[in-house]
Amino acid sequence: MSWAWFHRFGSPPWIYGFSRRWAPWFGGLAALGILVALYGGFVLAPADYQQKDAFRIVYVHAPSAMLSLAIYTTMAVAAAVGLIWRIKVAHAAAAACAPVGAWFTVVTLGTGMLWGKPMWGTYWAWDPRLTSELVLLFLYFGYMGLRAAIEDPQKADKASAVLAVVGVVNVPIIRFSVDWWNSLHQPATRLLGKADMDWTMTWPLLLMFLAFTLYFGAVMLVRLRAELLRRERNASWVREVLRG
Amino acid sequence: MKTGPLQAAFLVSQRDLRLAFRQPSQLIQPLLFFMIVATLFPLTLTPELSRLRDAAPGVLWVGALLSSLLALEFLFRDDAMDGTLEQFALSGQSLTWMLFAKTCTHWLLTGLPLALAAPIAALALGVSPQAIGAVVASLLLGSFAMSLVGAISAGLTLGARRGGVLLSLLTLPLAVPILVFGSDATQRAMMGGDIAPPMYLLAAIAVLGVTLAPLAAAAAVRIGLE
Repeated sequence: MSWAWFHRFGSPPWIYGFSRRWAPWFGGLAALGILVALYGGFVLAPADYQQKDAFRIVYVHAPSAMLSLAIYTTMAVAAAVGLIWRIKVAHAAAAACAPVGAWFTVVTLGTGMLWGKPMWGTYWAWDPRLTSELVLLFLYFGYMGLRAAIEDPQKADKASAVLAVVGVVNVPIIRFSVDWWNSLHQPATRLLGKADMDWTMTWPLLLMFLAFTLYFGAVMLVRLRAELLRRERNASWVREVLRG
Repeated sequence: MKTGPLQAAFLVSQRDLRLAFRQPSQLIQPLLFFMIVATLFPLTLTPELSRLRDAAPGVLWVGALLSSLLALEFLFRDDAMDGTLEQFALSGQSLTWMLFAKTCTHWLLTGLPLALAAPIAALALGVSPQAIGAVVASLLLGSFAMSLVGAISAGLTLGARRGGVLLSLLTLPLAVPILVFGSDATQRAMMGGDIAPPMYLLAAIAVLGVTLAPLAAAAAVRIGLE
């Protein structure tokens, strides 16, 4: 089998074109999915017998929480690819991931706090998941801070890539240590198989996971395009693209 | 005869020790810093030993972390400025081994004295004398792990402007597990509990650090030198 198809992913003009073609699809499908899932979650799904309507925040909270971790992993994989095979596009992709991931982390913390006020009676509790999410936010800040502090872009790429890889090795250890330290958060809810939730509550959540992921894809592609334009501003393909 | 990696590491370590003992003030400063931090807590919290005792594990571990962060600044910076690290990288010897030796020496000069001086601070904060052994043992392991993790961030910030604050920003989240297990060991020892589980976990982190941190630090230093 030929691997030539794979090499296209390392070419900035090809990725630029790919992003321009696919970002609107990702964005459009994400918007559609979010609207349908919001209707399903906020109108069709019944209120929870214990938490009443407050449980509905899960439709924003849980997908953001999943993405905040998934984006960090994506970023670390992209960074590792860039470091190992010296692919510029991979470094650009890792750089494009970081702010999106940081925002999802902020959204997770914010919605969690809003939910915590009526449920736990306090906006903030030093619970393991909250705390490890906060540490994750600091990891994102560290990554972005390191990138911003190094002037030479290639050096910044490589140094931040090493940090992302070190961070991803550390995330499970942090998670475990914080779990050990204290526990108050409800255990994870099973969605499929022998489910804890009714299907009318579950499908909007699953759709929301998908839609948020698509949204991340769309934002990532647009950011990546901007990142590539900025990095390759002296390349001839950029001139051609912008002319025409 | 060709110099092997272990011999090179030994030479690096010898050189660092000699340099450090010619500038004793740099050795004493992190220790003094730790003592001052420990003094500030009774002044700001309460002078009552019974209440200070509850805060003691936190004070000891946060103080140790801050003081090790302060010392990390000197780990690579001087050698990067005067070109020594460049010579290391060009010497044909394994940079990983040499940086591992530098990190271990750094710990001998900062972490070890800190762990040995900690009993004074611990007793002053109301920690019972039976727990002192555990405090020293856990700080020995924990400060070693902190030095290893810190070596990565010290390497990464070599090429950065305003390295100081960034160094803390990078190191603190990575040091969370060490703090959690370290202060847990101290707390258990104070309550007369079994300190084996957190000590094993601290040791596991230190072993993981020994295996991976020098590799990552060498990669980071190479990037900084390019």
